[in-house]
Formats: sequence, C-alpha cells, structure tokens
Amino acid sequence: MEREQYLDLYYQMVLIRLTEEAAAQLYQQGKIGGFLHLYIGQEAVSTGIVSARLPQDRVITAYRDHGVAINVGIPAKLVLAELLGKANGVSKGKGGSMHLADVQRNFWGGHAIVGAHLPIAAGLALGDQYQGKDAVTICMFGDGATNIGFFHEALNLSKVWNLPVLWVCENNQYGMGTAVERASAVSEIRQKALGYDMPNSRVDGMDVIAVREATLEILAQIRNGQGPHFMEVITYRYRGHSMGDPERYRKAEEVKQWQENDPIGIYRRYLESHAIANAQDLDQIDRRVEQEVAEAVRFAEESPEPPPEALFEDIYVE
Amino acid sequence: MARITYREAISKALWEEMERDPSVFILGEEVGVWGGTYAVTKGFYDHFGPKRVMDTPIAEATIVGAAIGAALTGLRPVAELMTINFAFAAMDHIVNQAAKLRYMFGGQFTLPLVIRTVSGGGRQLGATHSQTPDAIFAHFPGLKVVAPGTPRDAKGLLKAAIRSNDPILFIEHATLYQMRGEVPDEDYTIPIGKSTIQRPGRDVTLVTYSKMLEISMKAAEQLSKEGIEVEIVDLRCLRPLDMEPVLQSFKKTNRAVIVEEGWRSYGVGSEVAARIYEEAFDYVDAPIQRIAQKETPLPYNRTLEQLALPQVEDVVRAVKEVL
Ligand SMILES: Cc1ncc(C[n+]2csc(CCOP(=O)(O)OP(=O)(O)O)c2C)c(N)n1
Ligand SMILES: [Mg+2]
Repeated sequence: MEREQYLDLYYQMVLIRLTEEAAAQLYQQGKIGGFLHLYIGQEAVSTGIVSARLPQDRVITAYRDHGVAINVGIPAKLVLAELLGKANGVSKGKGGSMHLADVQRNFWGGHAIVGAHLPIAAGLALGDQYQGKDAVTICMFGDGATNIGFFHEALNLSKVWNLPVLWVCENNQYGMGTAVERASAVSEIRQKALGYDMPNSRVDGMDVIAVREATLEILAQIRNGQGPHFMEVITYRYRGHSMGDPERYRKAEEVKQWQENDPIGIYRRYLESHAIANAQDLDQIDRRVEQEVAEAVRFAEESPEPPPEALFEDIYVE
Repeated sequence: MARITYREAISKALWEEMERDPSVFILGEEVGVWGGTYAVTKGFYDHFGPKRVMDTPIAEATIVGAAIGAALTGLRPVAELMTINFAFAAMDHIVNQAAKLRYMFGGQFTLPLVIRTVSGGGRQLGATHSQTPDAIFAHFPGLKVVAPGTPRDAKGLLKAAIRSNDPILFIEHATLYQMRGEVPDEDYTIPIGKSTIQRPGRDVTLVTYSKMLEISMKAAEQLSKEGIEVEIVDLRCLRPLDMEPVLQSFKKTNRAVIVEEGWRSYGVGSEVAARIYEEAFDYVDAPIQRIAQKETPLPYNRTLEQLALPQVEDVVRAVKEVL
C-alpha cells in the first residue's frame, strides 16, 4: 500500500467514529428518532473489508450500517441527512439509520430484519455468476444472526451453487443482551461453516490491517471460482445495542478492557511504529475529520424535509 | 382499583399466572437478562429463574415451533415475539401449525399456547419495524387474535389467554405501554371474543381497537364539545369477532365509522363494514366510513410517518361525514 492509502484507512475509521458520536448527540437532542445502532469499536472491520474490495464487488450488511456507508464513500453529510430524515439523505429520509444504501457505490443496504439479507446476498452473487461477472458479494451480519434459519439456508445454498459470496460474521460478543455462548451452540462461530463444507477463517477485528489482508486473500480465492468463504471477525461494540440500552448484561469492566484494544489506537501505533506517520500527521487528520463532521452536521440540519407527496413515491416502478 | 400502566397490567398478569400455575413459562428474545425489550418481564428472570424465563436465540420460527411442542405436552408456554414484524419469520408455525394442528388431527391435539407480540407504528422505526398487520393473523380459523386497548382489558384478557386451551396471538401496542388506567386489584379475567362499549353515545357508532381506541376517545371528546356523542365499541378480539355490541349500537345510531391503524385494504374495517351491511342493511343511513393507515410502507421521517397514520382529526372528519 502507498502511504496515502494507509492514511486513508485511518481517516475512514476516525470519520466513522466522529460521525457516530455526532449522531449520538443529535439523537439525544431528539433530532434523530427510531433506532440508532452505533458501530463504535467495530470500525476496523468494515474499513478493512471494504478497502479490499474491487469496485464491482457488492456489499450488503445489517442495520449497524454507518461504518460500511462511510467506507464505500457516502459523504458523512449524506449519512447524517438520512439519519435526520431529510429529503437529500441517501434513502430520501425514508429509511433512517438502519436503511442506508447507495447502489452507485455498490452498497446494497443496511437491513433491519435479522438475517433476512443473507438469502438476498446469495441472490446478488447468483446474479453476477449467471451473467459471468467477475464480482464477489460481501455479506456482513452479526453473531446473533447466525442462529436464525435464513443464515443456514443461505450458507447451504451458496455452497451448493458455488456462489461468489464472502460471508462475514461480525462477532461482537452479543446479540442485543445475549452473549454468544448463551444463544449459539458453538462460540467459535466459524465452526458453523464446517457443516456446509465451506472454507473459513477467524480474524482479529480490532486490527484493520489484519482484516484487510485476510479479505484481500479470500476475495482473490473466491474470484478464482473457489466458491463461498466464511470469515468470522472478532470485535466488540463499545456502546449499547441501540440508544437507550440499559446494558444490564455486561460489566463496565469488560467494556473498558476491550477499549484498551481500541482499533483506532492500535492502528495509530501501527502507523507510528512502521514510520508511516507520526503523531502530528495523525492529529492533523483528526482535526480535519472534526471539521468535516461539524460541517456535515450543519449541512444535515439545514437540509430540507421531504415534501408530503414523497409519502407515495417509490412504492412501485409503475 | 389501582391506576397502573398498560405495561404494568400485562406484567402483573404474567407474574400472577406464573405464580398460580407452574406449567406457565416464558420464552423469547431478551425476555430474561435484559428484562424484555419493552420492560414487561423486568425482574422475572431473577424471581422465576432461567427455567421459566428462557432467553432464546434469534429464531422466531423455532420460538413458536418449540412453544407449540411444549404446549402439546401440557405446558402453558407464553412465547414472546419481540414485535409482530418478526412474526413473519415464524409465519409457517403460526399459520400452518398452531392454527391447524388440532383440527387436522381430529381434535387429538390441544395447544394451550399464547404468543405475545407488539404491533404499531409511530416511533420512526422504518418500514419493516412499524407495521400493524393484525388483520392478517385474524384471517386464519384455528387461531384467536386478541388486541387490548386499555390496562384493564390487557390484564384480564392476558390471564384468560394463558388459561385458555387454544392458541392465541396476543397483540400489544408499542405506544400504549405508558397509558394509565383503572385496574381491579382482585384476580379477574375477561372472556376472549367479547367486544365492549368503551364510551356510550347516541349519534354515531365508532368501531375500533388497540391504539386507535385512544385516538377515537380523543376524537369523541372533541366531538362532544360540538354536541356530537359517539358510541365507541372496542372489538378487543379480532377473532373470534363479536359483532353483537357493534350491531346493537348501529341499530341505534344508523351510522358507523371504523378506525384501525393497519392498512385499509382487506382490513378490520373491511370486515366490520361488510358485516354491518350484511346484518343491518335496513338500518344504514349513511355510507360507512373507514379510517386507516395510508396505503404505503411506513417511512422513517417523522412528519411523513404521522401523515400516513390515522390521526384524531381524521376520525373527527369521518364522524362529521356520516352525520
Ligand atoms: C428477525 C428479527 N428478530 C429480532 C430482531 C430484533 N433484533 C434486532 S438486532 C438484534 C440482535 C442482533 O444481534 P447480532 O446479529 O449479533 O448483531 P449486532 O447487533 O450485535 O450487530 C435483535 C434481536 C430483528 N430485527 N429481526
Ligand atoms: Mg452481535
């Protein structure tokens, strides 16, 4: 990687974090409604994965989707505009936080029904395979999603049809308040791929470079026609499941421990120890992002509400 | 009598039935350690323990399926589906299994099963999380569908549902949990399948249930100031549907407005209006009005969402229309 690319990964992770911190504030001010699932703590996962894809590779994820949205290049101001329900939000204010998508950027959505997007991902991959396209579908989902039938049906099908899918399980230790071992027969979730005879791997999700390198290698294999791969990424969400989570299911101590392994902190140290950037360079990026997010908030707040007739638009094509 | 919330009423019904009958147990997502997504089962896990308050994986089909199986062995499971939107992931087990097993096996099977769930929009949760598809579930013979609109009814109906030997879908409303109302202190049940008059009146019959009862009550107060007295019939159960109080009221007022939160097409209003036309055609003085959600998936944006949902003013307007 060029130095610029290294720095860009850092920039993206900081942008996700600060955009979400701003979103949390807007939520507290009552300007964002509904659910708001923050990705803070998991930034290295989507950043590493999306950085490894080619433009033709599709990405689809669950409702915890702000990270992917920023990594695929949706400007923070358009993410925030959607969170505020504005007409110029990526989903015209109709989707909200859980439903960001940008088809131009090959990002096929945030999806709010747990596991429901996995069969759809299989279909995206089928479409590319059918049309002889050299594309991989990257499908991200949580640990909790691996317990619902959709998951198992989609994995099985992808293997039977040798579909070009990278299944990415973001194991952040909990599905809402339920710890992995209380809901899943196997705590090492990649073992679920064994039942479908699917190649699999386990990656440290707090290390953006590890995620990126693993993804590069796996995407190349899938592109070579090797069929689907299952990647489990170990990570942690620092914030509650959604805003207003009483967090009775875990100790503050545990959160603190994971925060010591902060993905942004780890990457800062990596860049410094490899002499790619010094603290000053990185602080400068931090300040640039702070400014960008402040402008994005202003832009989103000043953006127009959708007109009443928008209620009946986009129900059908015809 | 105590004034308690809809949430407390449901919580008490569950608690008291679990204390009364050891075969009653709860299973569902986040019902235990979390204390229930809507805090209905807060404190249950500590009191009753993990055997009777079971946190499940995210697996709606199997939550309902396993509850059916356990019910067949004589237990009285109360399965919780976090919201009714996730019931679609359990549709086969609700529709093809729970609603059919007894009949299909010639009455050999008994399913003392309650599925508690939550309907309703208005919280900016977007298209997949805001639906009020209650009518869909009322379509299937073999399943009973209960949807209370007051704390008193919620408690009495849930107790009756838990003691019933039939599969019952018990639909709560997401924006009613804070509502307060008088609830008797003593143990009581309310029979499943009985509509009731929630407000007497002489001019127009207003038929509704669940959250729309609250909206209709507000409309009634407003209309009362203008000298219009509406009679509000609360269906409380969509199946079996008790038309008696509706018809009685209609024969008196000769005018009806039906208010539901779900979509108008093929909805509760369609059914009730059709039955009025079938059974009281000679009493009709004006076309029956139906108030319902606009025919679009619900948007996230607050203003658009409110535009799509039935409002007090819509009800007031419809009542004036039929007069
Ligand atoms: C079918 C379905 N059931 C339940 C829910 C409610 N729900 C939303 S997120 C969630 C937990 C999912 O956990 P996980 O897959 O680990 O993702 P994470 O939130 O940790 O990113 C649940 C139960 C839902 N959205 N869809
Ligand atoms: Mg998780």
